This record gives sequence, C-alpha cells and structure tokens, in this order.
Amino acid sequence: MDKIPILRLGAYLLVSIQVDLYDRLALTLEADLVQMVNKTGAKGVLIDISAVSIVDSFMGRIIGNIASMSKILDAETVVVGMQPAVAITLIELGLPLKGVHTALDMEKGMNLLKTMIGDSSGEEDQETDPDYDDTIA
Amino acid sequence: MTLSLSKDTIQVTKEQDVVFLKNRVKETAVKIKMGLVNQTRLLTAASELVRNMMRYANGGACIIEVVSSGRANGVRLTFSDSGPGIPDLDAAMRDGFSTGKSLGLGLPGTKRLMNEFNIKSKVGEGTVITIIKWN
Repeated sequence: MDKIPILRLGAYLLVSIQVDLYDRLALTLEADLVQMVNKTGAKGVLIDISAVSIVDSFMGRIIGNIASMSKILDAETVVVGMQPAVAITLIELGLPLKGVHTALDMEKGMNLLKTMIGDSSGEEDQETDPDYDDTIA
Repeated sequence: MTLSLSKDTIQVTKEQDVVFLKNRVKETAVKIKMGLVNQTRLLTAASELVRNMMRYANGGACIIEVVSSGRANGVRLTFSDSGPGIPDLDAAMRDGFSTGKSLGLGLPGTKRLMNEFNIKSKVGEGTVITIIKWN
C-alpha cells in the first residue's frame, strides 16, 4: 500500500504530499503523523500540499483533524503551498479550514512554526532521541 | 438547449475505479480547454459525489459527457446508483446535515461549485445526480 513519507528535522516533522490524495491514503497519513508526533515529541508539523490539485471535504477534514490532533499532543501544524484554485474551491465548498495555520511556501511556513513554538527551541537538544526513525515510509 | 457531443460511461465499484474516474473527468475537462479553477471545481465536485456513491450505495455508474449549449462547452457528469435513496432531499441539501460521520458539505458544497445541479432520489430505488460545469 502507498504511504506518504514523514521526515524528521530536529523538532519538526515534514510532510510533502506529491500525489493526489485518495481517502485511504489520507487516513493512513493522519494516523502515521499523529503517531510520529507522539513518538518523536515533535513541536511542529509542516505539510506541503503544493502538488495537490484537489482538496475535497474529506481531505479538508483530515487536514483539520491532523492539526487538532497534533495540537492536543502539543505540536503546531502549518499547511503550506496551497494552489490558488484549491483555495477558491475550498471556500466555495464551505470549508474554511478553521484552526489550521497556513503559509505561502515552505520557508514562510518554517518561520511561522518557529515563531509559534517560540523559545522552547533552546531545549530541543536534550529531547532528541539518537535512534529515531527518520521516516516511517 | 443542451447538446451532448460525447459520452462515456464508467462503472465505479472499487477504490481504483474512483482514481480512474477522476482521471477521465480531468482529461475531458482538459480536452475542452476548461480553465484551471473550473477544472478544480469540477474534479472536487466529482470527488464528493463519487465518495457519496461509494459510501452510501456501494458504487454505481458515472456518465461523462461533453455538452454544448451553442455558446459554451461544458462537462456534464451523471452519477447514478441503486442505493437506499435519500429520504429527505431538503435536509440533504442543507449545510452541515449528514447521516454519516462527515461534515455534511458534500451535496450543498457541490451545488455551489457547479453551474447546474440536479438531484433525483427515490427511497429504495436509488439516486441520480447530474452536474454541469460550463467552460
């Protein structure tokens, strides 16, 4: 079965969705990502959807779920790179993605995450587990 | 007067069929040079409706047509299933109403994305939804 790789970079988890999501893939990503947040104690999750051409109500809900689930595990989520046509469609569909932070691109998203997580980044070193899995792909 | 220029029927019963259907819809939209935003609207709508069909009726069929109204071309999709039908159409077309666990945006959201939206449903017989997006 297909899986979307989740990469760890310090206190952050990076996910770049390079295929069009179908329902089962989205659900797997949701479960994997939440487990990864728990396992690595990540403080921030960055999801790049620049290659995703369709976000319907189901995928939108999954994105919202990931953000809320990460939030209660003490991690912030930023979604970056949404295509303009996807943004138009989401709003017309009636799915404003409330509670999900967004940024235009990877770099801006990373900066946003850093600001949100704030000063806690100074303590990251102690938390880093030397034998973590980089990815669960 | 809406004229049908081409017609293609796709049976949808498995998850792979959903991917296939979306690709065919996209090809059709590209063929009539539909703009990117309208393509996205059409594909999102198709994605919503095919999910409903899979979830509530265990699949069905979708007819993809290129239609012409004289001035404009468009894509018409007809989703038909022989599932349980929708007992209360007014409720189903309301934002936030769902008998499943979803957000209840599928039908009303789809209607907002499309130029034309038509739904017929009979309890115990099935549901037919026709949508058109003009170029």
